[in-house]
Amino acid sequence: MQALTTRAKVAVNKKMTFMERLYLPAIIGGMRITLHHFFKKKVTVCYPEEMRPFSPVYRGYHVLKRDENGAERCTACGLCALACPAEAITMTAAERKPGEENLYREEKYASVYEINMLRCIFCGLCEEACPKEAIFLTDRIVHTDYKRSLFVYGKDKLVEPADKDKRIDVSKRQTKSVLEFKSQPGFAHNTLYTKALKA
Amino acid sequence: MGLSVFIIYKAILVLIVFSISLFMAMYSTYAERKVAGFMQDRLGPNRAGPFGILQPLADGVKMFMKEEIIPNVSNKYLFILGPSIAMFTSCITGAVIPWGTSLHIAGYTFPLQITDINIGILYLMAVTSIGVYGIMIGGWASNNKYSLLGALRASSQMISYEIAMGLAIIALVMHTGTLSLRNIAAQQSGWHWNVIYQPLGFLIFLICAFAETNRTPFDLPESDSELIGGYHTEYSSMKLGFYLFAEYINMFISSAVISTLYFGGYNMPFVHRLGLSPNLEAILGVIFLFAKLCFFIFFFMWVRWTIPRFRFDQLMGLGWKVLIPLSLFNIGLTGTIMWWFHKI
Amino acid sequence: MMQKYLFIILGLFAVLSALMVVFEKNPVHSVLYLVLTFFAIAGEFVLLNAQFIAIVNVIVYAGAIMVLFLFVIMLLNLNKETEPHKALWMKFGAVVTGGLLLLVLVSTLKVADNAEVNPMNTNIGAIRQLGTVLFGQFLLPFEVSAVLFLAAMVGTVMLSKKDIK
Repeated sequence: MQALTTRAKVAVNKKMTFMERLYLPAIIGGMRITLHHFFKKKVTVCYPEEMRPFSPVYRGYHVLKRDENGAERCTACGLCALACPAEAITMTAAERKPGEENLYREEKYASVYEINMLRCIFCGLCEEACPKEAIFLTDRIVHTDYKRSLFVYGKDKLVEPADKDKRIDVSKRQTKSVLEFKSQPGFAHNTLYTKALKA
Repeated sequence: MGLSVFIIYKAILVLIVFSISLFMAMYSTYAERKVAGFMQDRLGPNRAGPFGILQPLADGVKMFMKEEIIPNVSNKYLFILGPSIAMFTSCITGAVIPWGTSLHIAGYTFPLQITDINIGILYLMAVTSIGVYGIMIGGWASNNKYSLLGALRASSQMISYEIAMGLAIIALVMHTGTLSLRNIAAQQSGWHWNVIYQPLGFLIFLICAFAETNRTPFDLPESDSELIGGYHTEYSSMKLGFYLFAEYINMFISSAVISTLYFGGYNMPFVHRLGLSPNLEAILGVIFLFAKLCFFIFFFMWVRWTIPRFRFDQLMGLGWKVLIPLSLFNIGLTGTIMWWFHKI
Repeated sequence: MMQKYLFIILGLFAVLSALMVVFEKNPVHSVLYLVLTFFAIAGEFVLLNAQFIAIVNVIVYAGAIMVLFLFVIMLLNLNKETEPHKALWMKFGAVVTGGLLLLVLVSTLKVADNAEVNPMNTNIGAIRQLGTVLFGQFLLPFEVSAVLFLAAMVGTVMLSKKDIK
């Protein structure tokens, strides 16, 4: 039979020699190896104190972006919920009242926007579906908790702070191919934001 | 020495030995996890206190706080008796070990040994042979087939290896000519460590010590993968803690016994030449004994994280077909050499 | 004086636990009571200044033989329901043989010489003395019993081998 890998070995059940049957040389050899490992550099990462760098394409939990004036970009069109393969997103739309222009960018906004982090598979399809560049996945980790209900993140956790210094950086999600995709004519209504981001 | 002084001195000594055994056992659990971690390129526990030094306390609190479960089909008294015997027997072994020479305070001489009975080695053997009852009773009273299997394995293993251990000790006793541990320790001053005269006996004794303390590679009574914990499957809370603790105390005591019997006990060559006062020398002796002992505890762990578990038939084969003939041969060899040098 | 009381207490303890061996229904409990009996007897030996015999009693009887007893009983899993009921003649025979054994023991105790033992002689139970007596005065009986054990061992091996040609 053809060998499947280059490392395949044929088992030989040969009779052991006297030295092998003593076991002691083999045991001492094994103990030498473990002692060698005893003094080796440890691979442990002590998590909260030191963190492993995230991969640039890491997808953590979502952020709902605001525009440069601090108004929420989301218009509650529901495309993200439609795109979501895990059906993790629910939202309730509401109409913007006069005087709320600085809060919501469009006339329609999401009064409730919830993502169930236990259902979410962090695929990023919502981000791709969003015509308003309102939702992005970030490199933030969903923290553990004691109740299932606490994993349903509402707007309080998802919308980024209005304060300019505290905005969540999503430039990692704006890779070249993404920007090219978004510069298609269908996305013309968003070029303002994309250009601003490029600059 | 007056009676009251005598009683106070003995009480203090007992207290010290007892608490040191417990302390060492406590920190052996920590050291075990640290050593295991280091040998597997990990760090081991490092959260409770600096370097995880408070981990044993955290474990102890956990053990005490946990819910105590006694299976309602088991024999309740025997179920409780099991871990108690295990703990008791492992605690009383420290009584005959000479921890050092003697302290001279205010005209009195205080030997650093709880009691020097003239059959010290046999006492150790007797206590280890009683220790198996803790495991057997606990395993049987659990009314669980895995526990019973663990108990049966423990008993057959311990009886088998006790024979080889006893025969190894006989060869040692032929050489020393005394059964008192104090005399054996005293004989080994300078470089006259028994391991030089009894290398084969030492090897046999060491292997048997592994088997008697149920440590890997002979931890078949409690093998997790086949017997889900063996004899302590049904135990929880501090009763389980007692079993685990007893194992570590046993390890501490066996390390002390190995150091005393074969590695000169509290003796260290060249210490006499320093010209220290007897008291200081005695304290240094205790430190030397503990250094040797800690090495052996480390050795126990080192072996545990190196060698996989034996199969049961291999274990029995090693005990009966290899170690017992080998120790008989060792006795013959010792006798022949002693006859050759006209020591008899 | 204290030793005397201790001796009596230990003796009572030994007799009591020996009786419990007989009366206990559960065989595992019986074995455990027997272990207690051996401990009490070991204590008596210590009081008689025979530490070696005491400790050997513990090692051999309590530590090895009783463990094997326990081992077998645990494996057999004897219950009250499966306990076979002995025939009347068998019980009668057991009483007679037991009585005969008692007779032998009592008669040996009666003829034993009550020579005065010097209580200050602490070496009486020491190993050296024991060894000298065993390998001097009682060499033949000692060796004969060793041969007896060998015969028993050979017999066991014979029985456990299934097909012997």
